[in-house]
Parts: sequence; structure tokens; C-alpha cells
Amino acid sequence: MSSRFAAWLLMAPGLLWLGILMVVPCLLVFALAFFERGTYGGVDWSIFTLENFRRAGDPLYLSILLDSARIAAVSTLLALLIGYPAAYAIMRAPERWQTSLLFLAILPFWTNYLIRTYAWIVLLNPVGLINTVLIHLGLISGPLSILYNEFAVILGLVYSYTPFVILAIYSSLQRLDPSYAEASRDLGAGAIITFIRITLPLTAAGVAAGAVFVFVLSIGNFVTPDLLGGGKLQMIGNLIYDQFLTARDWPFGATLAGLLIAVMMALLMLQAVAANRARGDNGKIA
Amino acid sequence: MARLLNLHLGATFVFLYVPIAVLMALSFNKAGLPTVWSGFSLEWYGRLAGNPKILASAWNSVIVAGISTAAATVIGTMLALGVSRARPSSTRDALLFAPMIIPDIVLAIALLSFFTLIKFTLGLHSIILAHVVFNIAFVCAVVRARLSGFDWSLTEVSRDLGAGHFTTFWRITLPLILPSVIAAALLAFTLSIDEFIIAYFTAGAGQSSTTLPMQIYSMIRFGVTPEINAMASIVMFVSFVLVFLAQRLNNGRIPGA
Repeated sequence: MSSRFAAWLLMAPGLLWLGILMVVPCLLVFALAFFERGTYGGVDWSIFTLENFRRAGDPLYLSILLDSARIAAVSTLLALLIGYPAAYAIMRAPERWQTSLLFLAILPFWTNYLIRTYAWIVLLNPVGLINTVLIHLGLISGPLSILYNEFAVILGLVYSYTPFVILAIYSSLQRLDPSYAEASRDLGAGAIITFIRITLPLTAAGVAAGAVFVFVLSIGNFVTPDLLGGGKLQMIGNLIYDQFLTARDWPFGATLAGLLIAVMMALLMLQAVAANRARGDNGKIA
Repeated sequence: MARLLNLHLGATFVFLYVPIAVLMALSFNKAGLPTVWSGFSLEWYGRLAGNPKILASAWNSVIVAGISTAAATVIGTMLALGVSRARPSSTRDALLFAPMIIPDIVLAIALLSFFTLIKFTLGLHSIILAHVVFNIAFVCAVVRARLSGFDWSLTEVSRDLGAGHFTTFWRITLPLILPSVIAAALLAFTLSIDEFIIAYFTAGAGQSSTTLPMQIYSMIRFGVTPEINAMASIVMFVSFVLVFLAQRLNNGRIPGA
């Protein structure tokens, strides 16, 4: 048995499984977008149409897509602003604590997403902990409406994905050769200049990986806008959900999902380009 | 500067853990009210144990997670072993990475459309088929990371000494990668037992194929009762334990996706 043949034999079941239950269904979704919905839901495969794409360009749906992108972008930015310094602090902690600190930072990511989101309903509601504490301290006279709006949705997304950002940035900080920063300091650059000119650019790949991940999972999110937006806030994930389970217009839902995939692919390609460039610039260190 | 960074890290941990801690504390609150502490009680845990719908959905989740993890651990480990010997391919890498980055809702509707088109009856078995998809990719990633530092000369020695492919695998390769295989299985189980959207779309109609996250979702959506806090605490505790074990087995490393 040649080793190449053995390799294929080992890979065959996995690749087949992904092929049949991921690639084919995703291609099917792309195909669905070009047909009309059936009279009783489902798809009418006899009528080819581009109508779904025209409809997706309707200002109503376009504004939902743009809103989703904006919410995802703000969440991504906030997760990076929280995650980068946190990852940096873990990297500078004594070596024997680093693994435990990183583990603690990622652990919440591994618990049930619905429950983590629900925890914020408990905290943010008018008689929840945050409002109660603020009223007791006399900082506010009545409860703030901080639940079931965009604020709550962004908070929920940042909360859910910050652990991943910490992990992505920590691993690129860890691969960074400390002698680069030392050289910069020796040559007279201050801590801030060294960070901006040396550390930040050299960890750009980690930042990009974390950012793309948060953005993609946020823009296509269904649970957070559904639970923390209180049904008032629509994001593209909810729209797709509605088309499939409520409106039963599968072809239009598929068109929206295709748009989401297109945005995702574009971002992943940008990230790959950024990662390649970082690799090219810095040799083995990035 | 260093103090400021540590302060930030401390604040980040407060942000990450306060919601979880509040939920766990409230699960022992007698009145079940979210704000007023009225004494310690295990009442909500008792109610949980007496709720047949919740118990049935928890059992369904264990079945789905157990079977999909077993299948994905075997297939995913084989895949990782194969990939480590095959010629590098960025297309294949993209395929293996895709299940982790495709939004759940997209994979969910894709699988629903596919199962509907081929007239496949939906139920627990279709959830299992779907969960194997992301678990394969996941197990493969964890085992591959372990294999990247693998000393292949060990298997060559075994072959030179006359051991066959299978003997070499059972006696040399598997024992060496076993900790990461078990870690991957524990993480896959955690992913599967917590997964909501794909299960929701591929479960079909009817209570018989409701999984625990589906049950939790409907409890959150249609009236918050203190029982959720108790259930949430149990689910989080189980995840913490599984992930902790996985981390121990995998040399302190757990992946984040």
C-alpha cells in the first residue's frame, strides 16, 4: 500500500461526509436562489428567475444588511479594544500563570451560547441587577431601558466573542520574537512608539483573524438579536430564519444566505492576503 | 503601564464571569426572583428533576452528542492522519476550516433544504448527521495540531522492525496521539450538546426530537421561569468540567473555535 493511497483512504470518509452534508447543501442553497417559491412553500424548480436578487436589493432588505454590518463592525471593534490589552496582559504575566489565565479567558466561550445570552436578559432587565444597583446608588431615578435594543445586542455579541479575540491575539503575541521590541527600546523608542511601530504591525495577522471571526459570526447571528433585541431588531440572520420558518419563501431566504456567504468569503480572502503579507514581511516570526 | 494592563485584564474577567456567577447564584434563590435574595433553596433543582419535558430533551441531547461525537472522533482522527501524510492543499484546508466559520444559520438552512429535497425524514438521526459535519472538522483540527509536532521516525522504526500498518497504528501512533483524540472528543461532545440552530432546523416537527438547547430556547422565549437558572447552572457546570478535562489532556491547550 503506497503512502499516498493510504492517505487518501484515511481522508475519504471525512471528505465525503463534508462533501455530501456541507458542500452539496451549500451549492443547493446557491441554486435555490435562482428559482421561485412553490405555492405551498418549498421551491418551484420549473421557474428560473432573477427576481430574488432584485428583491434583495430592495432598500428595506438592503438597510437590514447594512444595519447588520454596522452592528457587527461595532461589536468587532469593541471586542478588539477589550481583547487586545487583555491578551497583552496575559502575555506579560509570569509564565506559569499564562496557561491558566488564557484558559479562564476562553472558558466562557465553551459554555452554552443561549445561556450566556440569557444571562444578559437577567442582568439588563428593568428589575435586573444592573438597574437595581444603579438605583440603590442613586445614580439613576428610574430603570434604564438597556434591554431589547441595539445596545443590548452589541453588548451580547461583544460578550460572546471577546474570548476568541483574546485567544487569537495571544497566539500571535506569543509567536512574536521579543528581541524586536527590545531592539526598538534599545534604539531609544518609548514603550508606546514601540507598541505602535513594532508590536501592533507584527501581530496584525492575529488581529485580522480575530476580527474576521467576530464580524462573520456577528453579522450572521440569529440568537443574540432574537433574544436581546426583543424581536424589534432585525439582522440578516433573523431575516433568513423568517424566510425559512415563517414566510416559507425558501428561495429568497437562500438568496440572503448567499449574500451573507459572499460577504464572508470576501473578508476571508482579505484576511488571507493580510496573513500572507505579514508572513512575507517578517519571515518566520509572523 | 503594567498595572493598568493588569487592571484591564481583571476588569475583563469580571465582565466575562459576572453574568455566569449571577445566574448560578440566582439558581439557589428561594423566591426565584432575579433581584431580591430570599434565602438558599434547592427548590428549582427539584422542579427541574420533576419536569419530564426537560428530562426527555436532555436525554435526546446526550444521544445526539454521544453518537455524533463517536462518529466524528473516528472519522476526524482518520482525516487528520491522512492529511498529515498527503500533499499540502489549500483547497482541502479551506474545506476543513469551513464548518467552523460558516454562520450556523446558513449551514442550518442548507441542510434543511438538502434533506427536504432528497425527502429524508427529519428527527434525531438528521441532527446527528448534521452535528458530525462540524465535529469532524473540529476533531481533525485538534488532532492535526498534535500531529504537527509528531516524530514520524517512530513509525518508520516500527515498520522497519517488521510491524504492519495496523500494528504500527495501534501500538505506536494511537497511544501517542490518544490524549489529543480524547480531548477532541470531549470538546466535540460539548459543542454538540450546546448546539442550537442547526439542531432546530434539522429536527423536524414534534416534541420527540427536541434537544436541550431547543428546550432552553423555548423556555427563554416563552416566559422566563427560575427553573432556567437551575438548568443553566447544571449545563454550564458540565461544560466547565468537560473543557477542563480536555485542557488537561491536551497539554494545557484548547482551541477557541
